[in-house]
Amino acid sequence: MTRKLLSGDEAVARGAWEAGCRVAAAYPGTPSTEILEAISTYKDIYSEWSTNEKVALEVALGASISGARALAAMKHVGLNVAADPFFSAAYIGALGGFVIVTADDPGLHSSQNEQDNRFYGLMARVPVLCPSNSQECRDYTMRAFAISEEFDLPVLIRLTTRVAHSSGIVEVGERTEVPLKPYEKKVTKNAILPAFAKVRHVDLEKRIDRVAALSLQDEFNRIEPGSVDLGIISDGVCYHYAREVYPDASFLKLGMVWPFPGETVRRFAATVKELLVVEEVDPFIELQVRALGLKVTGKDRLPRTNEMSQRALRLSMGLPAEKAEPETGVTARPPALCPGCPHTGIYFALQNQKAFIGGDIGCYTLGVMPPHSGMDTCVDMGASITVAHGTDKALGATDQRPHVAIIGDSTFFHSGVTGLINTVYNKSNVITIISDNRTTGMTGHQNHPGTGQTLMGSFGTIIKPEEIAKACGVKTVVVVDPYKVKETRKVVRELLAKKEPAVIVNRRACALHIRLHNPPFKVDPEKCDGCKTCIRLGCPALSFDNGKAHITATTCVGCGMCADVCPEGAISASPKSNVQSPKSSAGSPS
Amino acid sequence: MNILVCGVGGQGVLLFSDIISNLALRNGLDVKKSEVHGLAQRGGSVTSHIRFGPKVYSPLIEEGTADAVVAFERLEALRYVHFLCPSGRLFYDSHRIDPLPVSIGTAERVPDDQIEARLAARAPRRQMVPAFKTALELGNVRVQNTVMLGAVSSCLGFPDESIKQSLTELVKPAARELNLKAFAVGQAISACP
Repeated sequence: MTRKLLSGDEAVARGAWEAGCRVAAAYPGTPSTEILEAISTYKDIYSEWSTNEKVALEVALGASISGARALAAMKHVGLNVAADPFFSAAYIGALGGFVIVTADDPGLHSSQNEQDNRFYGLMARVPVLCPSNSQECRDYTMRAFAISEEFDLPVLIRLTTRVAHSSGIVEVGERTEVPLKPYEKKVTKNAILPAFAKVRHVDLEKRIDRVAALSLQDEFNRIEPGSVDLGIISDGVCYHYAREVYPDASFLKLGMVWPFPGETVRRFAATVKELLVVEEVDPFIELQVRALGLKVTGKDRLPRTNEMSQRALRLSMGLPAEKAEPETGVTARPPALCPGCPHTGIYFALQNQKAFIGGDIGCYTLGVMPPHSGMDTCVDMGASITVAHGTDKALGATDQRPHVAIIGDSTFFHSGVTGLINTVYNKSNVITIISDNRTTGMTGHQNHPGTGQTLMGSFGTIIKPEEIAKACGVKTVVVVDPYKVKETRKVVRELLAKKEPAVIVNRRACALHIRLHNPPFKVDPEKCDGCKTCIRLGCPALSFDNGKAHITATTCVGCGMCADVCPEGAISASPKSNVQSPKSSAGSPS
Repeated sequence: MNILVCGVGGQGVLLFSDIISNLALRNGLDVKKSEVHGLAQRGGSVTSHIRFGPKVYSPLIEEGTADAVVAFERLEALRYVHFLCPSGRLFYDSHRIDPLPVSIGTAERVPDDQIEARLAARAPRRQMVPAFKTALELGNVRVQNTVMLGAVSSCLGFPDESIKQSLTELVKPAARELNLKAFAVGQAISACP
């Protein structure tokens, strides 16, 4: 056995590799992204970035049906996108082991909600494993493949941000090759038409009953005896918080939270005077303990929102805690668009346009903040276009504003295309802006169909959003360079004034992905009249001091957008530079 | 040992934490490290919790229990100083990066002397480390984290050679020489407060 320091995500990948997984698919989403990034380093596994989570789950399902061990990974909201095949997969079952990983985000570090995906397992009748640290991430993943094959069921592994993004020591082994199980055409199993599905549902209940016996084993649901005064039931990372706060209590540590180990809970409850359930977000365990008729303390004392922590637990339970109030009046430091970020140019162009702007999910969502205030809504992946379509239809001629959607390239491929087809088919005047930074920026630069490069490193066809838009039937399609801010603004304003359907692709590589190495720009204080036009770019390298604009040389990447917008010509490349503004060797419009 | 590292996205907080966690592993201790990335890397506030010892349960450090807070930026030091235990050490870079609301004029800047006074009140054992300035003088601001590592190193309880080994392992080959130099300069700057 070798000891390695691995994050929960990396440990899931390691477990999949050791378990002989052959196919893995995902769409990137924090905090699940690193699972596929790590899997892609194991060349025995075919791995891909699918265009969205539904696709990823179906790819893995197809691999499982054909007899291979397969894994699909996604963040919690990704399972909403993939929920349709997820429920059907439970009916179909698994020939090759089939593992689905959902990484939930209590505390909304990088998400739009705090949904608790343990309920998905209960609702779809799929076993749910909740590892509490990196070692369990590796171990449970391996066990999940075996359980899946033994009971003919997909298995859901539920991580949370703290498990996925914490690193710990993991004892690892080597890969065991698991031969393909011979495929047999079985339409009554794999084609869930109503008549077949009816039978499969009855079968599913039997399969779940069988797997329930497994949840009574110590391997997953372990009693750790301690003081008889208090018994704590906990899962995931909450177990560790509770262990520190109550070092002497008795514990029932749950690793398989569904099917629910009712008998184990009863047995545990009989040994202690009081029961406390410590879990994050929803009372998933608590509800089931209560359903057994047991008296328990849970969400009546503990928070239902935000992450659990030792301190949150102490304060909720009225236990003494260190005096450690945070300092007040510390200016918030919200994330911001980076220096040289091409989204900056398009948001500047959209400022003061009196438009309804439907927003979407990605780095460019940060454009919702001042100085851009560049969107009215943000709902989920792909909703920019469809929400803008809905507002356009609802308000119609009564509304003087143009209705605009702003969506990134990766998000467009994920779920923007269907919305765009819908606007054309149902005839609305939405102007769709595809902010194409040539990568999936927010999650750390994953490739997508627009880059032509796959997760496994091969190059192929580059799919261009502007060609898709034309194929969808959009007549006006324009490609602009957001570093040419004035020109971009002119195009945007002309198209917005027409209030006809149009697609604008603003294309320029993400400034973090293809790093600009241009010398920093400078403000000539003689020429700067303090108009603050450049400040409206919201560039972190720009500030305003003593009535003049100022550029921080160590932060500026030399994109030149500020020079382009300065009405006084007060900003220029440093004298040493031979760079013309705006210019970059990479990522220019094609 | 509980170490909370904080700074602004892009300052190398995560690599700094990786090196310390690797050290703990190398020296036979249990170790957990917790960080959140994603949105946070876009110029936002970034933290990393590192805990090592014979047995570690939670990956999160509880407020008021950190043995050390290492801040790569002055305002971030103020934001997280409450994690320190009463005898804890604060290492902070006086380098200032204004949050966006300050640079676009929608929020007031907390004056430097006020930050100093408030840090002094909360952290009697503190050390200002001019890591950013030093890195700039060394020719690359990106070694700010290694200068800081050098400054903090004598408090970690690991042999120098072991630290250098982790550092060498985790930085790119092309950057090794500069990082080792930055580490040495950092060591020369500071003794534990």
